[in-house]
Amino acid sequence: MAIDEQPADPTAAGPGGGPPRMGFFTDTSVCIGCKACEVACKEWNMIPEDGLDFTGMSFDNSGGLGADTWRHVAFIEQRAPLGFQETGVGRPEREPVDLGMPSFERPGDSTGADERGDFRWLMSSDVCKHCTSAACLDVCPTGSLFRTEYGTVVVQEDICNGCGYCVPACPYGVIDQRKGDGRAWKCTLCYDRLGDGLEPACSKACPTDSIQFGDLDELRQRADERLGTLHEAGVSSARLYGEDPDDGVDGTGAFFLLLDEPEVYGLPPDPVVTTRDLPSMWTYAGAAALTLLAGVGAAFFGRRR
Amino acid sequence: MNTSDVTKQGVRGARPGREAVTGSAAVAGGDRRGRRRRGERAVVPEAEFRSYYGKPILNQIVWQAPDIAGYLFLGGLAGASSTLAAGAELTGRPALARALKYTALGGISGSLAALVHDLGRPARFLNMLRVFRPTSPMSVGSWLLVGYGPLAGAAAVTGATGLFPRIGRAATLGAGLAGPAVACYTAPLVCDTAVPSWHEGYREMPFVFVGSAAAAAGGMGMLAAPVEQAAPARRTAVIGSVLETAAATYMERRMGMVAEPYRQGRGGALMRVAKALTLAGAAGALLGHRSRALSAASGAALLAGSACTRFGVFWAGVQSAGEPKYTVVPQRRRLEKRRADGHGEPGGS
Ligand code: SF4
Ligand code: SF4
Repeated sequence: MAIDEQPADPTAAGPGGGPPRMGFFTDTSVCIGCKACEVACKEWNMIPEDGLDFTGMSFDNSGGLGADTWRHVAFIEQRAPLGFQETGVGRPEREPVDLGMPSFERPGDSTGADERGDFRWLMSSDVCKHCTSAACLDVCPTGSLFRTEYGTVVVQEDICNGCGYCVPACPYGVIDQRKGDGRAWKCTLCYDRLGDGLEPACSKACPTDSIQFGDLDELRQRADERLGTLHEAGVSSARLYGEDPDDGVDGTGAFFLLLDEPEVYGLPPDPVVTTRDLPSMWTYAGAAALTLLAGVGAAFFGRRR
Repeated sequence: MNTSDVTKQGVRGARPGREAVTGSAAVAGGDRRGRRRRGERAVVPEAEFRSYYGKPILNQIVWQAPDIAGYLFLGGLAGASSTLAAGAELTGRPALARALKYTALGGISGSLAALVHDLGRPARFLNMLRVFRPTSPMSVGSWLLVGYGPLAGAAAVTGATGLFPRIGRAATLGAGLAGPAVACYTAPLVCDTAVPSWHEGYREMPFVFVGSAAAAAGGMGMLAAPVEQAAPARRTAVIGSVLETAAATYMERRMGMVAEPYRQGRGGALMRVAKALTLAGAAGALLGHRSRALSAASGAALLAGSACTRFGVFWAGVQSAGEPKYTVVPQRRRLEKRRADGHGEPGGS
């Protein structure tokens, strides 16, 4: 047995000046919903096929994150002005290149702006947040879940015994047990690729740079700039999600720029790591244990029969 | 089969849904609920929230109900039985002590078996003892069982054979002292999750669990021991029943909307049955101290009531994890309150 000591501060670099904390910044304002990330992730990590479903939820066919979906692209269709997600905002001014693709008249082109209905499409590629205070890791009784030198949270599949505790512990609904296999699985932030100096498969595959990988501090800076640009351009609905080191999970290693409230994307609006209340839980449990001892003791007083 | 045809005259036989406003069902519908004006509020205000196609935020609990609710029930029964057995031993009630020692050993073995059975990889059970992780109640519980299990076993075996009486007594007392911890560590275990109806009840849940455990152990004593020796078992049963019922009632009151799963569906039904059985058993314990049959029937009712409580809590958790509103609404309220108090969301709208 070993007393399991997690690095006190996952935000800091590892002992002996290890690599800086790595993470994802997913800028959903440029996501085009191509699902390249979903495919790249499945391919690289050799995740088994888990059903080709028609969900009826716009173009979403994977439903949500789980044991066999480590990147999930959400599609939301809204009656809101398109102007809130104009393409090209904050990008260098350049004429689009004509690829010689067959073209057609876009709906609403001939009717004029007044006739066009308001419509916007929100797309967002969701992933494990690699929380600074990760509930899944805290509750894992086997030590299978651990914090890597990159500050990410990874399951060791040769240790996990499939107790399933991490599944309801995760406030985001990320990690899940694989049917037929019994163990828990989730995004590893491509731990194997990072070791070889490669970036994770999803960000590598993302054609719009919606998924950006890098040093977390730098990503946070980049996200702040991007948010400023969008707000300046009038995209008032843009907000960052998970970048705040003072939030309920002490900030996430994978954070997002969203264009609506988090719950619209299936994300909890104010997640809190459950173990924050654990000391208090033990206190109440201790009081209850003493109550039981006292109660049973009291039962031995009084008439003998 | 597609019934519509595109002809020179236009589309024929188009389905009625074709002209539907895209995205209105899920998103605009959520909006309609979410943006309801104050004036139109029903008497009981409906929870206002938005979601992703009504899908839950959390991943559903993967534990099987018979395994994990059974693990909670049997663990509680074992722990409280050991404590009661120690008291019975010290006060010279051998029949009661013996029955409860067997119960404790049987209970803790069953509890452990249920836990192992629920693992995705049962052969790797011993990985639970690979580390000690104080932040994981399951890890703490595993180590607790490593200490308690042999004590309960030694108490039962020496009780049955009469060998090594000194060791037997020490084991009985040791198990009796560890019993309350065994009976209540499962409360932090379920509460230390993001499941709203579990987590929000973390203050009262240990009292519900120890009350339920005491009622079960008392019931077992009434069922298995002669009435002359079972007076402490009856009193324990009554104390436990009252504690469990009071704690559960208070918990539901305090939790607000997150308590709904304890009143609705399978969780609600089990909680109601549990309450009825527990209170009936307690009444039987108060009245039936002369009749062996009434004592046994009340004891059985108490055991069944305790089991129903654990299953009820289990299902309430499953229900609350399966619906987005129990996750979203309390978090939204918390956020709004914080924002009203002047701590804005950075970058928020
Ligand atoms: S998002 Fe969930 S699975 Fe990922 S690190 Fe946080 S708690 Fe663990
Ligand atoms: S299922 Fe595996 S990874 Fe999850 S808590 Fe249990 S042992 Fe740890």
